[in-house]
Amino acid sequence: MGAIESLRYFVPELILLGGAFAAFTLDFFLKQKKIVGEFAIFVIALAISFVEAPVKPLPLFSGMFYMDPFAHFFRYLALGAVAVTLLVSLGYGPLKKRYAGEFYGLFLLMAFALILVAAANNLLMIFLAVEFVSLLSYLLVGFLKDDPRSKEAAIKYLLFGTVCSGIMLYGMSLLYGAAGSIDLLTIGDVLFHPSMKPLAAAAVLFFFAGLGFKISMAPFHMWAPDVYEGAPTPVTAFLTVAPKALGFAVLMRVLGLTFWNYAPVWSPILVILSILTMTVGNITAVSQTNIKRFLAYSSIAQAGYILMGLAVFSQLGDESVLIYLLVYLLTNLGAFAAVTLVGEATQSDSLDAYAGLSERSPVTAAMLAVFLLSLAGIPPLAGFIGKYYVFAAAIQVNFITLVVVAAVNSIVAAYYYFRIIRLMYLVPASGPAFTAPSKALTAALWLMFAGVLALGIFPGFFLTRILG
Amino acid sequence: MTSHILSWIIFTPLIGAFAILFIPKSSARMIKWVALLATAIVTALTFYALGLFQSSEAGFQLMERAVWIPQFGVQYLLATDGISFPMVLLTAIISLVACYSSFPHVRVKDAREKEYYFLFLLLETGMMGTFLALDLFLFYVFWEVVLVPMYFLIGIWGGPRREYAAIKFFLYTLAGSLFMLLGILGVYFAAAPHTFDMTQLVGMPRGLLFQQIVFMAFFLGFAIKVPIFPFHTWLPDAHVEAPTPISVILAGVLLKMGTYGFFRFSYPLFPEAARWFQPAMAVLAIIGIIYGGFVALAQTDFKKMIAYSSVSHMGFVLLGLAAMNADGFRGAMLQMFNHGTITGGLFLLVGVLYDRAHTRELSDFGGLGAKMPRYAGYLTFFALASLGLPGLSGFVSEFLSLLGAYQYSKIVTGLSVVGIILAATYLLYAIQRVLLGKLNPKWAELPDIKTPEVLTLVPLMVFILAIGVYPRVILDYMIPTLDGLLKMIKV
Repeated sequence: MGAIESLRYFVPELILLGGAFAAFTLDFFLKQKKIVGEFAIFVIALAISFVEAPVKPLPLFSGMFYMDPFAHFFRYLALGAVAVTLLVSLGYGPLKKRYAGEFYGLFLLMAFALILVAAANNLLMIFLAVEFVSLLSYLLVGFLKDDPRSKEAAIKYLLFGTVCSGIMLYGMSLLYGAAGSIDLLTIGDVLFHPSMKPLAAAAVLFFFAGLGFKISMAPFHMWAPDVYEGAPTPVTAFLTVAPKALGFAVLMRVLGLTFWNYAPVWSPILVILSILTMTVGNITAVSQTNIKRFLAYSSIAQAGYILMGLAVFSQLGDESVLIYLLVYLLTNLGAFAAVTLVGEATQSDSLDAYAGLSERSPVTAAMLAVFLLSLAGIPPLAGFIGKYYVFAAAIQVNFITLVVVAAVNSIVAAYYYFRIIRLMYLVPASGPAFTAPSKALTAALWLMFAGVLALGIFPGFFLTRILG
Repeated sequence: MTSHILSWIIFTPLIGAFAILFIPKSSARMIKWVALLATAIVTALTFYALGLFQSSEAGFQLMERAVWIPQFGVQYLLATDGISFPMVLLTAIISLVACYSSFPHVRVKDAREKEYYFLFLLLETGMMGTFLALDLFLFYVFWEVVLVPMYFLIGIWGGPRREYAAIKFFLYTLAGSLFMLLGILGVYFAAAPHTFDMTQLVGMPRGLLFQQIVFMAFFLGFAIKVPIFPFHTWLPDAHVEAPTPISVILAGVLLKMGTYGFFRFSYPLFPEAARWFQPAMAVLAIIGIIYGGFVALAQTDFKKMIAYSSVSHMGFVLLGLAAMNADGFRGAMLQMFNHGTITGGLFLLVGVLYDRAHTRELSDFGGLGAKMPRYAGYLTFFALASLGLPGLSGFVSEFLSLLGAYQYSKIVTGLSVVGIILAATYLLYAIQRVLLGKLNPKWAELPDIKTPEVLTLVPLMVFILAIGVYPRVILDYMIPTLDGLLKMIKV
């Protein structure tokens, strides 16, 4: 489809792009930066209202932007994640000092970049889109430039990210050299020949390095705790879900279209990496004392569970990844909204700030408890549906070792999630009750809370819409 | 309403729980009465359902069926039969008793009534759902719903080591149930067509090796709950640290969820494996009976003694299950009910003493029989019921279990009888230390048991006496279903 013709199907993305530049411009004229944030939320809502489900896959811009149901799902995911993050940011204090307008504009660009990632169908677009997301992430992580930890996090993230992208780019060059094409399907056809096996194996490993960084897969997870701790809390919330989800999207596309013939090669590798990721995440999370680091390790462990769905490489496995990503997005954003709220009220990200939270702010404590239980996979909450799905996918193809390791990991995970619950409910309060938090933040909390409950109790409704 | 009676039984507590959320924290009285009202309605509904229940029929009754998650063929499938209905009745009564006995108890602990009764009612919904769900997925959901409120109930309102006991209980049970989940998934994918529906899964052929593996996975889930040696170590901690009403629920209902699981799922789904594991089950039953008895004998803490006696008494349920014959099954099923009422009563009585003396050390007491004559009477009644005095319900069920075991193996029976002697020893020894002998001057001012406390004991005593004198009042409801189960697993 030609460029002009494609524009018709590109309206939501154009709205985002226009909205981002409008936000930057508004930032110059408005004293009240909050309005820019509200404007950004309005832009997202507008974009969502223009989103149309593609009846058949649309190869927009001569196939550079490939909008199929898969990309469509991730488009919703990206828009939702950005919208909730904006709500959380509106209640985040340190941001109010300055530049807040720019912050909201960058998030609109981020939404655009994430959709590009979801719709990327060739090596060039994948690299450009992933780099676009990464660059924006570096900026957002270091946004509080007076805060040394924020700066440190941004530098670490930048260095680590660049190396991983470089490695991935090298893998891409191998593929291009072999196939003479950047199209994933065409490369897949060339790789089909058995003589291509060593090259395919090398290339898939390079992809794991580049995308493993995005999804915080062990052993490429080292950056995550430091970055998550140093970044402004709403950015951390965002980084733990959206770029990770899109990393999985690209990985699924690449593995499914290009490397499908070599599943026996990469599937065992992914099984090992999945086990490694969840175990490293869970074991390290146990001893954390900072809530953001704690959730960082928990999110590494969660990535390990999602990798299970990828490793089994089946229809059910692919479905389980999509479901788990949605579940995880709702739960983790909810948890981080609560963390932001507590951080605002106590000016602390230490776990000690959560002591007696059930007395200081009963509603926040109850919701955070629900989010943590959902992360632990307790029914009837959303997290259970996700966990159930990946377990089912693994059992279906008889990956018994993987699923038993995952079950044991879930018990370890339950232990440390209950550390927070214990602090909130079993330990007496150390301070006075909270004052009322900002409305936007409360709205974000309630939205995610409703989502976690609804997806847990009526999963059928969501599954029908996502999987058709 | 008649057609959805089981749903009402399950969700009435939940409605009550949400009603409590809207009552301000300060009106503690109202919260309590709403909670009691909800549990009372559940009991009334259960008795109403009892009227609808056809005791002569073996199959599932009062069935409710709706599609829940079409992608996995998960259904909202509820039904009851002679195995689950006695458990529902037990849950209703124990919950009512426990709710009423919470009234004085929670007030002592920094007035968190709202949370307490919310969690309590949530727990009841979970328990009822566990006993009534016939879809494996739904069953698992209810099974897990029980865990979380229990964690809080022990962790917030428990004794000095409550945090340790609560997390230990939670992690142990979660570990078991995760493996059960894997087993459930295994059953699901092995079935053609894939389904969680128990009414369809029963009778499908399965290979022996598959049965053995999945039986083990389910076994982990159920055995930890019962608890069967060597998975019992969470029990003394949880029982001792939990507040009295929660101990009553733990012993009265939660332990039965494990043995109920054997009756409902393990045996019908994996009959060949059950037969293969029969000797192992029998050995575990004996270990539980004797080991539990000896450890109970060694206890100096009254509550801990009763907790370990549970291990021993639940061994008789396992013994009946292992016998795999008509008498054994009847004994096991009846013992589940009787242990709930008797041990529930004993925990209440320990609570009465603890509320007054603030200690449970058996050696601290003595001579209370003269000081608290009415209390002494009740305690003796329950202790005698527990040690299996003919005429009270404990005797009937243990006798039936042993009768069943005798037809399976004489050695097993011979060893198990030791448990009855042990029960007599530790219970009478405890009575001696508490009620007889010289009165410790510290307790000279101890008031006797009060009417509200007696009210919690009376319903339990009615059942103990009625079943003891005329066991058919309840056996008639169980026998057709148990015979049907036996016929099914014999083939």
